[in-house]
Amino acid sequence: MTLLYGRGYASVNYPTGMNLGGDPSQALIHATTMGGFVVSLSSVDLGQGLKTVVAQCAAETLGMPMENIIIDTADTDTGPHCMGTFASRGTHRVGNAVIMAAREARDVMLQVAGDELEVDAGDLETDGTGFVRLKGSPETKIHISDVALAAHFKQGRTISGRGIFLKERNYPVPETGEMDPDSCQAHACSVAEVEVDDETGVVTVLSLHNAYEIGRALNPAMATQQVEGGAWMGVSHAVFESTEPYYPASRDHGPIDFNEYLMPGPGEIPVQTSVILERPASNGPFGAKGIGEMTANAPIPAIANAIFDACGVRLTTMPFTPESILRGLDALRA
Amino acid sequence: MKIVNLKVNGVGKAFIAKPETTLLLALREQLGLTGAKRGCAQGACGSCTVLLDGEPVVSCLVPAVTVDGSDVATVEGLADGDKLSHVQQAFLDGFATQCGFCTPGMIMSAEALLDRNPNPTRDEVAEAISGNVCRCTGYEPIISAVLDAAERARL
Repeated sequence: MTLLYGRGYASVNYPTGMNLGGDPSQALIHATTMGGFVVSLSSVDLGQGLKTVVAQCAAETLGMPMENIIIDTADTDTGPHCMGTFASRGTHRVGNAVIMAAREARDVMLQVAGDELEVDAGDLETDGTGFVRLKGSPETKIHISDVALAAHFKQGRTISGRGIFLKERNYPVPETGEMDPDSCQAHACSVAEVEVDDETGVVTVLSLHNAYEIGRALNPAMATQQVEGGAWMGVSHAVFESTEPYYPASRDHGPIDFNEYLMPGPGEIPVQTSVILERPASNGPFGAKGIGEMTANAPIPAIANAIFDACGVRLTTMPFTPESILRGLDALRA
Repeated sequence: MKIVNLKVNGVGKAFIAKPETTLLLALREQLGLTGAKRGCAQGACGSCTVLLDGEPVVSCLVPAVTVDGSDVATVEGLADGDKLSHVQQAFLDGFATQCGFCTPGMIMSAEALLDRNPNPTRDEVAEAISGNVCRCTGYEPIISAVLDAAERARL
């Protein structure tokens, strides 16, 4: 038995969103009587942090504290349209729609405040703590709760805004194949070190070092969490989990629970470092690109290349199971 | 049907349990404590972990009628008012959570570890939470948070 050491790397480009029917997402914002801003979406947050990031986009654009933002993603039947949170599109598409809606709502907010303060709306600014104030004369100010009350009960206006992200579907130029299918591309590079047991075929991922270029990390803590957790998932796809060989042909067989569907546990994680590089995208919300799925993509080919480096077996089907390693070694010896 | 008496987070509770009522179901639906989560419902994911007489158990596999008279600790009982436990504070400060579904179970497994071993190694932490499945974090920040909590408890 020999433990064979190998190292491999891989780089990926990852497009944000889809080239289908405009890939639209819409957002509506309205102020409550108390000066809260409700952001209505159909975009679903199932734990990835979309609500937090779009609340940041709304707060930043409105010039209001995060506490004033209420994200309502209640119902895809009744809410503004969203294609969905997939294709790493949520932050980019929904963020852009929310910023557009927040700009419109901000304009109305400043007009209402201007009428209350008897000044021109163009001379007003927000201070980020909840006040609208006169530029150069910060004592002339009004709190958003008073702005909202005035809009609702005195001026008879709705402080609201509409936003939509839409990128028209793009078709390839027949002669050249040239096309513009995505809004921007994020990038990742992984270096993996592995150990291959040539008797059992077991692959152990020793270390994983990743660099991710993600536009701008709107929420650095969540972005860091996403790239580290995503890289772990890449390891998991590479050497552990699979619904094969039965899915999707038959759902009657194959893994049905955590006892049969293997994922690496806390004792099986490699030494890992992840670095985030920020190169803001001109069309992203505050420069952000979509990074969600990409975080799992680079580790997989890096591990495949490391296996090739270790034992000469070139695997192209995930996961890289002991059986596939041993069959590959047999073929090399034949 | 049987009346079951438990001390839950230090407070006496009584409820009626059928033979198939699990401890998890009783906590969530009869006692209103929804911190422990129902994940796989077969003891493999750890999201329902609570402490039963100080030991971590997957409450989805514990028939409530078999633990009459026991002490149960859930994630709801850890904080003292606004003051979080060392493990909770370390999870918060180290951002050892993403979607949060596994977090209550992770925290209870970590509390049980630190109760019996206040000075664990990294490997011992990994072992202690190996029954808790997490899809988001890659485990690294969770392990770091538990080591951080041990450090805080020593200060």
